[in-house]
Amino acid sequence: MTSGVDLGRPQAQTVGSDEDVVRVRQLVRTVAVAVRLSLVDQTKVVTAASELARNTLVYGGGGTVEVAAVDNGRRPGIRIVFADTGPGIADLDLALTDGYTTGGGLGLGLSGARRLVDEFDIQTAPGQGTRITITKWSR
Amino acid sequence: MALSADESGRLGELLASRSEQVTQRWTEIIAGQLRGRLSQAELVRQVQELHRALVDALSKGAVDLNAEDATELRAVLADFSRGQARQGFSATETATGVFALKEALLTALDNDQSVATLRDYVAFSALVDQMGLFTFETFVRTRESLIADQAEQLLELSTPVVKLWESVVAVPLVGTLDSARAQVVMERLLQTLVDTGSPYAIIDITGVPAVDTQVAQHILKTVVAARLMGADCIISGIRPQIAQTIVALGIEFGDIATKASLADALRHVLRLTGVETSRRQPRREA
Amino acid sequence: MERVPILKIGDILLVSIQVDMSDQTAVALQEDLAERIVATGCHGVIIDITALDIVDSFVGRMLSTIASISRVLDAETVVVGMRPAVAITLVELGLSLNGIRTALNVERGMELIAIDRADDRDEPDDDPVPEPTASP
Repeated sequence: MTSGVDLGRPQAQTVGSDEDVVRVRQLVRTVAVAVRLSLVDQTKVVTAASELARNTLVYGGGGTVEVAAVDNGRRPGIRIVFADTGPGIADLDLALTDGYTTGGGLGLGLSGARRLVDEFDIQTAPGQGTRITITKWSR
Repeated sequence: MALSADESGRLGELLASRSEQVTQRWTEIIAGQLRGRLSQAELVRQVQELHRALVDALSKGAVDLNAEDATELRAVLADFSRGQARQGFSATETATGVFALKEALLTALDNDQSVATLRDYVAFSALVDQMGLFTFETFVRTRESLIADQAEQLLELSTPVVKLWESVVAVPLVGTLDSARAQVVMERLLQTLVDTGSPYAIIDITGVPAVDTQVAQHILKTVVAARLMGADCIISGIRPQIAQTIVALGIEFGDIATKASLADALRHVLRLTGVETSRRQPRREA
Repeated sequence: MERVPILKIGDILLVSIQVDMSDQTAVALQEDLAERIVATGCHGVIIDITALDIVDSFVGRMLSTIASISRVLDAETVVVGMRPAVAITLVELGLSLNGIRTALNVERGMELIAIDRADDRDEPDDDPVPEPTASP
């Protein structure tokens, strides 16, 4: 579930190469600092973004990432949307299991990223692409 | 409810022309309830400032407190209410300070009993209500941030990380550990490891009355994080009840070193680092 | 693509990661390091990640792989300088960096390697020392 309102325009970054993943990390870091996340929370959300942006590139065949500062009325936060038009995920429960991988990784991308953020929303279906929205609130 | 442009103009004029009368009555009412907790001069200054900001806003044609023209008025109100909150006045006293304006205005109306005046008064009264509510909200927000600041200061105070020996730091935890505090303590501990270059840390929980699953998890995660950084943690001072809770909750401490007391833990670390400890009068061997 | 420089100091290879690493840079480092270990005959590798503000699963895997490769080539790897926020995040992510030895800073890392080499000399070659690990 997501809540809160957008503050200002979200910043977009296309993900088509390895270097773009680095750019996503830098963009997320900038916004996370701007909404005054603690150092540990900044690190968590940047790490989650790195995992998910790599998924967008490797499994989704590339896509876009949108980063926005949000506010739920009580505290500010950062919201990131990862969207691709790739093959989608057939078995979501399995994909969210620790250690499950189809790409030869450690299988911690999705499940690990979910543990690092406050809100995690995923919309996907086979052939429909994948859209993941994560939010981290400042404490 | 907003004022019409006419109404705001008329009110602005009235307030300006009867300035002295209004502010004096306004000050009297507030002074009555504050019973000398604020100096007369300070009070007069505040009331005059509010009055001036209100007249300004109305003369610019402000018809609503949220209007652009009322920015200055909002700022003055917010200032007033923050001041009251910091000085320990109650929310009621703060809001009443603004509501008193209604009565003060009534004195300025003399005995004008026309229906038009009544209508203006009701419209104006709505604006004052808005101002009162705004003051109230600012008051609450100020108090909340005061509380948050104090909570943070308390955290800072209650989480010392001390260097016990060359290469050894310790955190003596005292009092109830909630999740937020556990997190702060642990982050600070890890940072101290880096700053001092100490590869050993002792987490002493003698002074912790109870441990729940979340807190135990925090401690465990810290120990694992410290290992990732290249440091070892020893947990000391686990009380019998806490040991029982830990086992009952099914929390695995795994191969984490635990010692009965801080002294035992320190001795353990010193032995690991190769420091010899001996009693001054060695017991004679048989 | 940027490459991470590898310095040789005595019997040790020192890798100080100063760039925001892309996955390609990480893979390249892995390859470069294996070559350098063989070329120099060094017995210790120190990877300094003080400057890294995040370690995600890809970099984590790279570190594990480097440790395994260097072990096969008879060199000990120590990862040093991990920031507290990074360590906390790795724990939450579920990455335990199994098989990687860690130290707080370069100095401590060098000590670790020195102790290891000393132990090695004391023991006969056919008795491999079991690897202490960074996690339970």
